Amino acid sequence: METPKIGVYVCHCGSNIAGTVDVQQVVEFAKKLDSVVVAREYKFMCSDPGQNMIKEDIKNLKLNRVVVASCSPLLHEPTFRHAVQEAGLNPYLFEMANIREQCSWTTEDHEKATEKAKALVSAAVKRVRYHQPLETKDVPVNPATLIVGGGIAGIQAALEIADAGHKVYLVEKDPSIGGHMIQFDKTFPTLDCSACILTPKMTSAGSHPNIELMTYSEVEDVSGFIGNFKVRVRKKARFVDEEKCNGCGVCMEKCPWKAPSEFDLGLGERKAIYTPFPQAVPNIPVIDKEHCVYFLRGRCRACEKFCERGAIDFEQQDKIVELEVGNIIIATGYDPFDPTPIVKYGYNRYPNVYTALEFERLCNAAGPTGGKIVLRDGSEPKSVAIIHCVGSRDENYHRYCSRVCCMYALKYSHLIKEKTEADVYQMYIDMRCFGKGYEEFYERLSKEGVKFIRGKVAEVTDRALTDEEKGKLIVCGEDTLLGTVIRVPVDMVILCIALEPRSDAKQVAQLFRISQGADGFFIERHPKLDPVATMTDGIFIAGCCQGPKDIPDTVAQASAAATRVLSLISKGKVELEATVAVIDEEKCSGCRVCNILCPYNAITFIEDKEVSRVNEALCKGCGTCVAACPSAAITHKHFTTEEIMAEIEGVLV
Amino acid sequence: MEIELLTPSKETTDIILEEGGDDLKSCFQCGLCTGVCPWNRVTTFSLRKLIHKAQLGVVDFEDDEVWRCVACNACVERCPRDVQMPLLMRAIRRVIMEVGAGIVPHSLRISEKNISAVGNPLGEPAEKRMDWAKDLGVKTFTKGTEMLYFPCCYQAYDPPTRKAAIATVNILKKIKADFGIPDNSVVCCGESIRKAGAESLYRKLAETNIKIFNDLGVKKILVTSPHCYHTFKDEYPEFGGNYEVIHLSQYLDQLIRGGKLKFTKPLVKKVTYHDSCCLGRYQRIYDEHRQVLTSIPGIEFEEMRDNREYSLCCGGCAGRLWMETKKGERFSELRLEQVAEVGAEILAVSCPYCMANFNDAVLTTGKSETIEIKDLSELVSEAL
Repeated sequence: METPKIGVYVCHCGSNIAGTVDVQQVVEFAKKLDSVVVAREYKFMCSDPGQNMIKEDIKNLKLNRVVVASCSPLLHEPTFRHAVQEAGLNPYLFEMANIREQCSWTTEDHEKATEKAKALVSAAVKRVRYHQPLETKDVPVNPATLIVGGGIAGIQAALEIADAGHKVYLVEKDPSIGGHMIQFDKTFPTLDCSACILTPKMTSAGSHPNIELMTYSEVEDVSGFIGNFKVRVRKKARFVDEEKCNGCGVCMEKCPWKAPSEFDLGLGERKAIYTPFPQAVPNIPVIDKEHCVYFLRGRCRACEKFCERGAIDFEQQDKIVELEVGNIIIATGYDPFDPTPIVKYGYNRYPNVYTALEFERLCNAAGPTGGKIVLRDGSEPKSVAIIHCVGSRDENYHRYCSRVCCMYALKYSHLIKEKTEADVYQMYIDMRCFGKGYEEFYERLSKEGVKFIRGKVAEVTDRALTDEEKGKLIVCGEDTLLGTVIRVPVDMVILCIALEPRSDAKQVAQLFRISQGADGFFIERHPKLDPVATMTDGIFIAGCCQGPKDIPDTVAQASAAATRVLSLISKGKVELEATVAVIDEEKCSGCRVCNILCPYNAITFIEDKEVSRVNEALCKGCGTCVAACPSAAITHKHFTTEEIMAEIEGVLV
Repeated sequence: MEIELLTPSKETTDIILEEGGDDLKSCFQCGLCTGVCPWNRVTTFSLRKLIHKAQLGVVDFEDDEVWRCVACNACVERCPRDVQMPLLMRAIRRVIMEVGAGIVPHSLRISEKNISAVGNPLGEPAEKRMDWAKDLGVKTFTKGTEMLYFPCCYQAYDPPTRKAAIATVNILKKIKADFGIPDNSVVCCGESIRKAGAESLYRKLAETNIKIFNDLGVKKILVTSPHCYHTFKDEYPEFGGNYEVIHLSQYLDQLIRGGKLKFTKPLVKKVTYHDSCCLGRYQRIYDEHRQVLTSIPGIEFEEMRDNREYSLCCGGCAGRLWMETKKGERFSELRLEQVAEVGAEILAVSCPYCMANFNDAVLTTGKSETIEIKDLSELVSEAL
């Protein structure tokens, strides 16, 4: 081994470190450590002058190892590795001691903080002498992209990538793309018709030469890594031949069997062979086996008789399709919260208590009432109460704010005022109208005569105390501005239900090896600076699967995810970390323990040699196999036993 | 009109926080508590406003409103920020009772003095505590007895409430349980006076009882008061008292399921059951009573409008039993309307405070001819 010549650089990070750690003392301490040639301090090591200081020393003092004591390697390890590399050293001959997150920020005790900083520097110095130069590898990026979820987020991302000339597979579990947005009536605050602005995008996605639409399909398995994923998709049997069907709709007309429409949330009906809504993309129906009488009793086949194209195929089976893609965008959206458990709000007990999504369908001209806002008995409501924060901002259900409810509640007020003579009461805790044009919309609705009552509703009841209340739903709670409990008799109640993670979010997270937060939504790589990437390279998230958001934010995030994918495609290759595991085939006994334990399926067994081998492209350097190998045949590059032992020795000084 | 000017006082807030009112920091003033609070069925009482005053340190310690909360937990059941209202109210009351700010209502002061002097809120002589059992042939708990039966102060002294203790003993004798009762040295469990803010008195009571229990080697305690249950089970461990605590309703349910209790006399009556807050919302014991009642032959059982986790409080916890509540503001009277609504002849209860409150209310509302208040133990005992 060459004689180590180590440079140590201690960062003040303004007062973040220097406010607690005596930086000068740490420098003096470092100077005395074995093989340390130079030790310096600087206000911001990550700045250009700071980096230049290191580069100059490498050149002038012929340093061959560098230690920077500053923040978390998550933030600036790439910065310093790059600086070291620019000065001609291999970037892996660098070590970072975290004296901020793991030291100065955790205590106010200056003396102890300084002692710990010294220990961490000592550990880094001991360790770095064993560092070996390592080389990274490039792998090519498959330019095709998988997008999971055909709501507005998935559609937006698909169009952006496809328009740039790259292949997209858009997988949607329902029979049509469109997601929740296509269920909405109008969009806030502009009051554009939701379908009017979405259907052109749906049609584009459906006919785009670069987009392969896979509706009524679900991803079953994902393997591989950034640039080279292999995906297995199950195309559920529609019992309609997609090639033959021309979407004429005769089958739906003639089908004598009905079922509650999922799209209309059970407020309307559909046939047993159906498309969820008239503008469905693709315009190809599916047969619902649960309600089709042929499947239930073996008789009928009306649809088949009337289909001129002979597209009905009762024998159709699920199809498994294997895809190869370079990147994946998850845009699986949200589930609406079921308010039934909040017994006191009367949902499912009082027929005229609706959820917000139900009300969207009620308002919609294509909905079950043809857009008339009416009660279950068909009459027009004279008063409506809109209850905010149902299942949101509530420790008993979801702690988070669902972000869209205040605004759609205002939108409902407008629609009710527009279509009926009804009085509208907004029962809110706080009005959150933060987006562009949102506060203005709030003001507009105030002027339209909507009544605002501040307080969380305690109960919706039909127990009348006065004649005026008879036959009404009475909304009770404290008006916190008046400081008294009030009772508001109304005809209709709308519950602004929370947006919650999809019921299968956990399985999706496991399938794609991404993480969920405590609230169940998928976690982005960094909440501020990397909001669309995940901890798994090559997998991005967009829209409400990451957290509740409105349409503008969803579209922005989807475009951002598409851009990230496009930049990887245009770069054409990805650099793989060099810190992977290697198996010494001389020592390997072929026990295969590592094969089973590897969470990335990166280790394969070579049958003829009876040894295991690591696929460096798949290995994430987690170290599990290294710890488990009974023959100590596996080395983790950059985390070798001698490096770790030296580090421990150093920290114990 | 004089303008009331308020200046936030950090010191006042800090004292409340010190006395255990930490939850006031969580409140975001949505007002759900006020909407749920039973007081607003009879008068105007903004719990939310009181919390806000505590947040700003502008609580008026001389105002009656600080003594209103009965710690029924109805708001805690649904609070979106999980504010433990009884702890917050207890903190405010400690500032009055322990630190000396404000006025303690006279009737509460008397009960507190009684508990302090003779170990029970009724002011009855301590040496007569176990007189109720004189002629019942019950043994006093000695080392090695399996189970201690600990009746509440009311069940020991108050004649109508005492019936529950006597019925309990009957049941225990019938099944030949190995049990004993304490001697006259035990004192009030202290649960309610603690909620009323008298922390130092509570600690003395707890220490007295715990010493007695521990010296006797008590392992299992049967109680007929949800209040004793709550404090023995959840609060005494902090002071070194660790026991298996079982409420009679749970015990009876176990006996019936195990086939150890057979009913011989049918009870042809329409019965409804009032969930006490302390067993219900505090302990989530809901099913046991209903199973016991419905297994008694002849009983037609019907639920009232407000039941289980939405049960309407009788108005007796947290010291309210000892304080005067104006006619027209008594929850127990509202509750009897619900009993009448289902046409029940018997209102079954499982708590001496509920028993005392409802016994009063049937008289004040003129329902004593139509509604009988019975403890679960009485009904079971009668049917054996």
